[in-house]
Amino acid sequence: MKENLNNINEKRNFGQALKNFIDVAGWPRIIIGIFLILLFAMTPIAKLRLSTSLSDTLVRVGMNAIMVLALVPMVQSGCGLNFGLPLGFIAGILGAILSIEFNLTGLKGLFSAIGISIPFAVIFGYAYGQLLNRVKGDEMMIATYVGFSSVSLFCIFWLLLPFKSPVMVWGYAGKGLRTTISTQKFWQNSLSDILSLRIGETFYFPTGMFLFFALLCFLIWAFFHTKVGTAMTAVGSNPDYARASGVSVDKMRTLSVVISTVLGAIGIIIYQQSYGFIQIYNGPLYMGFPAVAAILLGGASVHKANIGNVIIGTFLFQGILTMAPSVINSLLQTDMSEIFRIIISMGMILYALTRKTKGNR
Amino acid sequence: MGQKPILEMKEISKEFYGNRVLNSVSFTLNEGQILGLVGENGAGKSTLMNILFGMPVITQTGGYSGDVIIDGQKVSFNSPFDAIAAGIGMVHQEFSLLPGFTATENILLNKEPLKYNFLVELFGSRMQTLDYEKMRHEAIKAINKLGVNIDPDMLVAEMPVGHKQFTEIARELERANARIIVLDEPTAVLTESEAEILLKALKKLAKEGVSIIFISHRLQEVLDIADKIVVLRDGKLVSEIETNKTNMKQVVEWMVGHSVDSKAKDSIKKNISDEIILSVKNLWVDMPGELVRDVSFDVRKGEILGFGGLAGQGKLGIPNGIMGLFPAGGEVFFEGKRLDISDTHKSIKKGLAFVSEDRRGVGLLLEEPIDWNISFTAMQVQEKFLKKLFKGLIKWRNDKEIEDIAKFYIKKFEIKCTSTKQIAQQLSGGNQQKICLAKAFVLDPKILFVSEPTRGIDVGAKKLVLEALKEYNKEHGTTIVIISSELEELRSICDRIAIVDEGKISGILPPTAELEEFGMLMVGSSKQN
Repeated sequence: MKENLNNINEKRNFGQALKNFIDVAGWPRIIIGIFLILLFAMTPIAKLRLSTSLSDTLVRVGMNAIMVLALVPMVQSGCGLNFGLPLGFIAGILGAILSIEFNLTGLKGLFSAIGISIPFAVIFGYAYGQLLNRVKGDEMMIATYVGFSSVSLFCIFWLLLPFKSPVMVWGYAGKGLRTTISTQKFWQNSLSDILSLRIGETFYFPTGMFLFFALLCFLIWAFFHTKVGTAMTAVGSNPDYARASGVSVDKMRTLSVVISTVLGAIGIIIYQQSYGFIQIYNGPLYMGFPAVAAILLGGASVHKANIGNVIIGTFLFQGILTMAPSVINSLLQTDMSEIFRIIISMGMILYALTRKTKGNR
Repeated sequence: MGQKPILEMKEISKEFYGNRVLNSVSFTLNEGQILGLVGENGAGKSTLMNILFGMPVITQTGGYSGDVIIDGQKVSFNSPFDAIAAGIGMVHQEFSLLPGFTATENILLNKEPLKYNFLVELFGSRMQTLDYEKMRHEAIKAINKLGVNIDPDMLVAEMPVGHKQFTEIARELERANARIIVLDEPTAVLTESEAEILLKALKKLAKEGVSIIFISHRLQEVLDIADKIVVLRDGKLVSEIETNKTNMKQVVEWMVGHSVDSKAKDSIKKNISDEIILSVKNLWVDMPGELVRDVSFDVRKGEILGFGGLAGQGKLGIPNGIMGLFPAGGEVFFEGKRLDISDTHKSIKKGLAFVSEDRRGVGLLLEEPIDWNISFTAMQVQEKFLKKLFKGLIKWRNDKEIEDIAKFYIKKFEIKCTSTKQIAQQLSGGNQQKICLAKAFVLDPKILFVSEPTRGIDVGAKKLVLEALKEYNKEHGTTIVIISSELEELRSICDRIAIVDEGKISGILPPTAELEEFGMLMVGSSKQN
C-alpha cells in the first residue's frame, strides 16, 4: 500500500519536473531538439558516420556562434535584431584581407586581422548607430537595408582598392580582389587547432575556437552585469524610464550597435579561419539571416536575449542545417544537398521569425 | 420587479501567478435588479467580471474554480462570444467603437438587417446590401430604450465622450437577448450631468427587466442607483446587502477594512525655515496638453508645497520641465545655484527626484523585476549598489544589495508580490506606485517632486502613499512638491497650495482656506478674459 503511494508520488514528481522543464525550455526547442536527435539516430541507416556528423556539427557551431552572440547587445538595448550585421562582416573582411596583404600567418595573422578590423567596426558601428537613433521604431527594416547597401557599396571598393598580394587579386588583370580568397596558407584553423581533440580518424573538436567563443560570452555576460550594461538593458526595456533616470538613451543605443558590429567583425574572421575562405563581394549579403534565425530559435525575443539563447539556438540551428541535408541525401541517393540546405535554412528562418513575438521562452 | 435569480456566482476562486485574487466569492443577481459592485483597486472586481464574460485572459492563466449559474443552469464560457450568446453584455472602461462609423452603424455592427438584390442569385448571400432604413429604425429603438438623445447619424469620432458611452450601451442592448449588462466604471469619463442621465437610463432599463451589474469608484452613484451592493476586499466577499440597509460610511469601512478617520489635518505646526531651497523664475514648459507659460515660485526648505488646478492647465508640466523630460526654459535656482534643467542626470545628482504621473510609461521598467525598478536610478546616478573592481575601472552590479533594498521597501510599504524578482507589470496599480515611491526614496533626495501620487490607486494604497510622504518629510526634512488633481488630498498634506490655471499660477493659499477660494482661483483668470 505504502509502496503504491510512493510510486504515485514519484510519478507525480516526475510529471511536475517534466512540466517545469517544458515551461523553461519551451515547445519549439523541445520539438527541434527531438528532431535533431532523430537525425543523429538515423545516421547508421543513412550510412553516415556518427562521429563525422557530430564533428561537423560542432565545427559549424563554433564557426557561427560569435555572429549569433553579436545580436545580443542590440536586442537588449531595444534596437531589435541586427539585420545590419553584414556591416560588421565587411569590417572583418577588411581586417582579414589586410592581414593577408601584410603576409601575416598563424595566430599572429589571425589576431592582427581581428585587431585591424576593430577600428573599422567601431567607425562603421558608430555611423550605423547614429542612423538607427534617427529611425526609432523601424530599426529592423532600416538595418536590413543598411546591410544590403553597404555590401553593394563595398563591391566597388573590392575592385578598386590597390591590393597587391597575388593570392588575392585576379590573375589575369593583376588587380581587383577575387570572389573567394583562401586562408589556407595564412591562418586557416590556427585558432581551432589550439588544444584540439582528434579521436580516431573522423572526430575532430576545435577546442581553441570554443575557448575563444567562451571568452567572448563571458565578456558579454560580464558587461551586462556592470553599471553600463544594466543601463543598456533598461534603455531596451523602457527608454522613457531610462531617460528620467538620467541615462542618455542615444548613447546607450549607439554603444550597443558598436559592440554588435565589432562582434560581427570578429565573428566573420573566426568563421573564415575555420571555413578556409574569405568570401567577398556578395558573400556577406545573406549571412546575417542564419544568425538571426539561430537566436530566435534559441528562445530570444525582439526585446530580450541572453547567452543561453545564443548557445542553444546556434546548436539547434546549425545541427539541423548540417544533419538534415546529408541524411536526406543519403536516403534518397541523390546529390541535392545544397538545395536541401537552402530549403531547410530558409524554412527555419521563416519558422523562427513567425515565433518572434513569443517572449523570452 | 421579479424575484427570480437570473445569475448566480458560487464560490468563485482564481489565482494569478500564485497570487490569490479571488477567494470563494458568491452572490446572486435577480431579474431587473441593479447590483453595485464596489471594492478597492485590486480587490478582484475586474477579474470577477472577466470570469463572467469568459475573457481569454482567464483561461490563459489557468481558469477558475467555482460555478457560474445562469437561469439555474451551470455555464462555462470559453470566449466572450459564448457570453454574448447567453445574453450578457459588457461595457468596458475603454471604448470599443469604430470612430469613422455613425452611431447607427456602430450599434448594429455585424447584425445589420440585409436587403435582397439580384447579385445574390449569382454570388450568394454575401452580396446582400445593408438595409439602412431598418438599421436606423432599430438603432433609434435602442437609443429610446435608454431614454437618451443621440443623433443616430452622427459619426462616433465627433461625439462628446458621454454620447460615445451611450452608443456603447445601446449596442449592448441591441443584442436582442441582452438580459445582463455589466458596466465597468461607466461614469469615469462623464460630466456630472451626463452621469445623471446615464443613471436615469439604467434605472429605466432595470424596470424593463434587464439586470445590471454596475462597477464604480463613485460611491454616491452606487448608493443612488443600486438595489443591492456587493463589497469585495482582497478577493473576498465582505458584504452582500440591500442598499437601503446600509450607508456610505459603512460601505467605505467594508472596502478599506478599518474605520476611516475623518479628514483631520495634522494640527502639529511645523517649523519651516525661511531658507529657500528652490527658486523658479519665468519657467515655460512645452509639454503637450499641459503647457506651462510663465511660472515663478519659491520653495522653502522642509515644506510640502502643493500644486492643484484643473486638468490640462499646466500643473503637470512644472515638474516634468524642471526635471528635463520636456523642452523647457526659464531660470531655476537650486540651493542658490543656477540649475541646468535640460540635464536630468545632473539634476538627480544634485538631489532632485521625481515620481512621474505616467507610472507605466515613465515610472517603471514593466518587464523587469521589482528590485531593478527600485535601485536603477540610484545605481546610474549615485553609483549606489555597485562593487568597484580594478580600482573602479569596472563597476559591477551588486545583486545582493539590490535585493536587500527591495526587500526593505516591500516590507515597509506592504507591497503585495511573490518575490523581489516579480516583474513590475504583474503588480496592481497601488503596488506599482509604491515601487515608484521607493525608487525616489532610495535616491535620498533633497527635494522630491511627486506627480499625481494617488491617481488610479485604491483607498488603502492612497492612504499609505500619503502617510509615507508625510513621514519622509518629517523624518528627513525633505522638501516635497506634490502635484495633484485632488484638492482634498492636497489640503490634507500640504503646507501651501498653489493653483495653476492656463499655464500660470493664479494664486497660493494655505490649506485651511475655504474650498470656494480654491475654486475661484481654478477658474479665476478664464473668467476675467
